[in-house]
Amino acid sequence: MSLDDRPWETVIGLEVHCQLATAEKLFCGCPNRFGQPPNRDTCPICLGMPGVLPVLNPHAVRLALRAGHALGCVVQPRSIFARKHYFYPDLPKGYQITQYEQPILLGGAVDLELDDGRSARINLTRIHIEEDAGKSSHGEGGATLVDLNRAGVPLIEIVSEPEMRSADEAVAYLRALHAIVRYLGVSDGNMEEGSFRCDANVSIRRAGETTLGTRTELKNLNSFRGVQRSIEYEAGRHADLLEHGRAIVQETRLWDDAAGRTRAMRGKEEAHDYRYFPEPDLPALVLTAADEVAATVDLPELPAARRARLVAVTGLSAYDAAVLTAERALADYFEAAVAAHPANPKGISNWVTSELLARVPADAVAAGPVPPVALARLVGLIDDGTLSGRLAKEVFEAMLAGEGDPDAIVEARGLRQVTDSDAIEVACRAVIAGNPAQLAQFRGGKAQVKGFFVGQVMRATGGKANPGQVNALLDRLLAEGE
Amino acid sequence: MIDGLCSLRRALDAGHLSAVEATTACLRSIEATDERLGAWLAVDAEGALAQAANVDRRRAAGDALGPLAGVPLGVKDIFLTRGLTTTCASRILEGFVPPYDATVIGRLRAADAVLLGKHNMDEFAMGSSSESSGFHPVRNPWDLDRIPGGSSGGSAVAVAAGHCAGALGTDTGGSVRQPAALCGVVGLKPTYGRLSRFGVIAFASSLDQPGPLARTVRDAAALFEVCAGLDPFDATSADVPVPTGLADLPAGADLRGLRLGVPAECFGEGLQPGVASAMRAALDVLRDLGAELVDIELPHTRFAVAAYYLIATAEASSNLARYDGVRFGRRAGAADDLHDLYGATRGAGFGLEVKRRIMLGTFALSAGYYDAYYQKASQVRTLISRDFDRAFEAVDAIVTPTSPTTAFRLGERVADPLQMYLADIFTIACNLAGLPGMSIPCGFDELNLPVGLQLLGRAFDEATVCRVGAAYEDATDWTARRPSLAEASP
Repeated sequence: MSLDDRPWETVIGLEVHCQLATAEKLFCGCPNRFGQPPNRDTCPICLGMPGVLPVLNPHAVRLALRAGHALGCVVQPRSIFARKHYFYPDLPKGYQITQYEQPILLGGAVDLELDDGRSARINLTRIHIEEDAGKSSHGEGGATLVDLNRAGVPLIEIVSEPEMRSADEAVAYLRALHAIVRYLGVSDGNMEEGSFRCDANVSIRRAGETTLGTRTELKNLNSFRGVQRSIEYEAGRHADLLEHGRAIVQETRLWDDAAGRTRAMRGKEEAHDYRYFPEPDLPALVLTAADEVAATVDLPELPAARRARLVAVTGLSAYDAAVLTAERALADYFEAAVAAHPANPKGISNWVTSELLARVPADAVAAGPVPPVALARLVGLIDDGTLSGRLAKEVFEAMLAGEGDPDAIVEARGLRQVTDSDAIEVACRAVIAGNPAQLAQFRGGKAQVKGFFVGQVMRATGGKANPGQVNALLDRLLAEGE
Repeated sequence: MIDGLCSLRRALDAGHLSAVEATTACLRSIEATDERLGAWLAVDAEGALAQAANVDRRRAAGDALGPLAGVPLGVKDIFLTRGLTTTCASRILEGFVPPYDATVIGRLRAADAVLLGKHNMDEFAMGSSSESSGFHPVRNPWDLDRIPGGSSGGSAVAVAAGHCAGALGTDTGGSVRQPAALCGVVGLKPTYGRLSRFGVIAFASSLDQPGPLARTVRDAAALFEVCAGLDPFDATSADVPVPTGLADLPAGADLRGLRLGVPAECFGEGLQPGVASAMRAALDVLRDLGAELVDIELPHTRFAVAAYYLIATAEASSNLARYDGVRFGRRAGAADDLHDLYGATRGAGFGLEVKRRIMLGTFALSAGYYDAYYQKASQVRTLISRDFDRAFEAVDAIVTPTSPTTAFRLGERVADPLQMYLADIFTIACNLAGLPGMSIPCGFDELNLPVGLQLLGRAFDEATVCRVGAAYEDATDWTARRPSLAEASP
């Protein structure tokens, strides 16, 4: 199915639905949160009872504007809401309140750095505010259960231009967008909980063509990997059809992650005339200067800028900088550690990426058992020779177990590295004297036997001898008798 | 026998009668005549008497009381009343007990009014005769073979028949003013945004506006002042100060210095002779009161009915989508799948006129037709608003008949929706422009059926409308006339 080696170019546009991290829903005062018992977070308004009216949550507007500023969108001073109609049990009013003809944000772009070193700019068409629907679960025996906790949760829909040319690029775009909305505090971006969802419009054309092919829209993409696989599958399906002289049908298709394929939705599921018209219950959303200023206050440094700064200031590799800036909390952690021990950012980076992230999730490092200052101290103890690499790992384990800061652990466990050269020399001499057979082998030309002596000295000192000093001393002492 | 809201309020304050006595009188009146009139869908005698007793107790204790303390009222069954069945006269909501009060109901309760029950109406407020009620039609107390107008027909009848001191209806295209005219009472449609729509079952959201019906202009104004004002639960409600003192307008004031516009369009075809002569006589009275009558033109109002039936049906088709039998109201029994459930529930629950308007509105919003219908109607609406803007540069209020005819016979127009829709030809433009309007009794035709005079004002200028209405009312005695059926009741 792969398009490699075939004369086709894939064209992808993405529609991302991103739940906004407001305390309350978009049009009522119900809490906006995940994981409650079904239908607990509901009221007459989000249940669509007779007589209810929507009132716009200004916090949602501010978060949308924040995203708009960060993505370089053109803010529309006046936008309007519209009703989009379809019948479904998880849509209580029979229509969704969204923005259609006049959205709050137009244009904007996401800049990508791709794994192969290229960079790309993906332009955005628009971003608009809308409400989420509830959730239907299709149980056994044909019953459908409806949970309306999610009904009325605020979303922004971020619509890209069809400017991505591979599944890799689509995923890179999604990851960049995901990092940005999380940095901004606009969304928690939790894909498993549905806070960050994506539909993909996919078409293919012969390389060099400028008109777009017939597209299909892919739904039910719940992970970055699902996005990648579904786009690759769908592009391959298009190519197979076209290579056999058949036409692509413009339709909506569902991605079946388990089966690894897409399937057409039934005609009934798809045949909608949404009958959009301006929402008469909501006046036009007219932004004040204060709204726009509020949206730009405390905008954080965004992932791309931060990555570039870390490379320039601390000398990290682009790869390490990318890992460390994927999550705002992780980057904050790293920079706090570097501030406490500015001499060795590279060492801190290594400890964070290879040891800490193996044990603590990236978004939980700040509140975890190893505060940034403690990690910095640990690296400092290695750098000043107090701890060997091996001892440092023992201290790190103790920190994870909650035994306190590195100095306390070193003290309590007596792990301080022995750097007193007289003491080390005494130990070395004792080991040499006690192992005449190995000494004879060494002197007979078996240089690798030196490792045996190093091991014996380390064992005799309980691992606390400085390995560099042990090596240097053994070199001198073993040579002495020759 | 309840005389009127303000006079009752004075009697209650003076201790001439108790709230329980007033409420009991209303309940007896309902019992005596409503079997013939059909104005009520629910009467909460127990709840009303309990509220009344509570007011009496608090009055005896010297507590501070609200401005409508002990006044028995009824409201159209379109207002949600917590714990009291609300159906909008539709079978699809049969047995629906709301979990919350509409904002305006809350304001009536806070004013210590006594809520007697819910008034019959056209189903979902769609109609001009109250014949489309899903339960039973309403009859005009002046002639039981005739319709009372609609959609707030039950409210107009209940006020005319003396069942209650006042009522709250809603007006989307004339639904307060036209039945007020046909039943000989006063009906006020405030400026769009004046009264909250929260908890009012939506028919056409950009046009709907609650409004009082009462025996006199001052009675209607008293209800208006209690219910009006900004509501944080209605994003379209207006933050404009509510006029006060309208219930206490001085008697016998003149209209010197006031310019009243009379549109040429008002005396066109279709106006019944009895209505035309009552209208001419009313203009003479207004002139005698010192008002200057000015001929004006509202050239685009001839498109108002067409524009209205596109905008109102489009919004209705959307607003009524929630009645799917899933979360509240009636659900059809057996269904094979989801679409069958929707079809069976809505097929059985909605009446003919509601279905007709859902179909019209759905069509008007459909892909490929939106521009020609909904969009065009919205443009016409803007032109109608501009007509009024221009007219109000030259005049302070506008005078027209409320309805081109007096009450017609039951069943006369059921088979002819277009004729039915033309009943609102003078009232609809006011809703499209969002302006305040009032109907006050201005005479009777040769069959002794009431005729209504309509007054239209500038946006948020209900004060001028009430001032003109009160002066006219003081100079005539039409509001004092009662149907014989009401005179005969206890």
